[in-house]
Amino acid sequence: MQIEIDRPGEYSMRARNAHAHNDDRESTSTTVFGFWIYLMTDAMLFATIFVTYAVVFTNTAGGAGPAELFELPFVAVETALLLVSSTTFGFSMIAARAENKAATLAWLGLTFALGAGFLGMEMHEFGGLIAEGHGPDRSAFLSGFFTLVGTHGLHVASGLVWILVMAGQVVAHGFSETIMRRMMCLSLFWHFLDVVWICVFSIVYLLGVILNV
Amino acid sequence: MSSHPHSPAEDHASTADTHAAHGTYASYLTGFALSALLTAIAFGVAMMPLLSRTATILVVTAVGLVQICVQNFYFMHLTHRSERWNFISFFFTVLIIAILVGGSLWIMFHLNRNMMM
Repeated sequence: MQIEIDRPGEYSMRARNAHAHNDDRESTSTTVFGFWIYLMTDAMLFATIFVTYAVVFTNTAGGAGPAELFELPFVAVETALLLVSSTTFGFSMIAARAENKAATLAWLGLTFALGAGFLGMEMHEFGGLIAEGHGPDRSAFLSGFFTLVGTHGLHVASGLVWILVMAGQVVAHGFSETIMRRMMCLSLFWHFLDVVWICVFSIVYLLGVILNV
Repeated sequence: MSSHPHSPAEDHASTADTHAAHGTYASYLTGFALSALLTAIAFGVAMMPLLSRTATILVVTAVGLVQICVQNFYFMHLTHRSERWNFISFFFTVLIIAILVGGSLWIMFHLNRNMMM
């Protein structure tokens, strides 16, 4: 693919390609690191709303507390969906590195379905609570609960949109350096959401119920 | 691919050595199995009256912390060898979170206790 003729005083085609190549690599590790720093600040944001929940969760204003409202088997299924989706995203990453488009898209599709299942269950739980008069305006405990679990849910919803866009880009552009860079950031984001969910089910649901009895 | 002058093989090689730490099927499945086991322990002790209240709280907290480490290692590939600055910024974040959470709980629970009296 020889488009340009080498001119004196300029890089040769080969040297220029090598240079662009190094820039690509530099920018990939820099971008992924920058995205990692964003995730760390997001972790601090979550820590803030976790500690808010921890401070207010006993303030039920005479209403129902965690033990009455939370169904742990339901939460266990949500947890399973998100954990499996984190693993299937890993498989999608392996397929992308092998430049296998069909497998990458299939694993991304499965990840999306599991994530959507998780979000659907969460919306169902929220809808049920609000319908029974346990909305976020009922007590400080419920405000803290909806803020924390809702913020995580919002992240999962953004992740789902990103997975769709990413799948479209893989279809359109294959596995260029840019696409792989985006895949790496998305994989970190998706695994991060599962790590945050470990804190959610442990602190909000399990410890909430144990400490409330 | 057409916009990239180098071959797919080179492309792949470059992404491969930029990020030394990648998952394999085995590492993701190990991470999954360990996470599933730790999650099962946490839900198990919380839902069944096996242990005292204090022991239950300690077990749920401990397996939660272990599971965070498991997922950081097997899913996010966070090791001190792979990406040094990722590792350092992670520990900085842990420090800030410890100050934020520890400090807030300490102050708020003392305040609660003093206000109740």
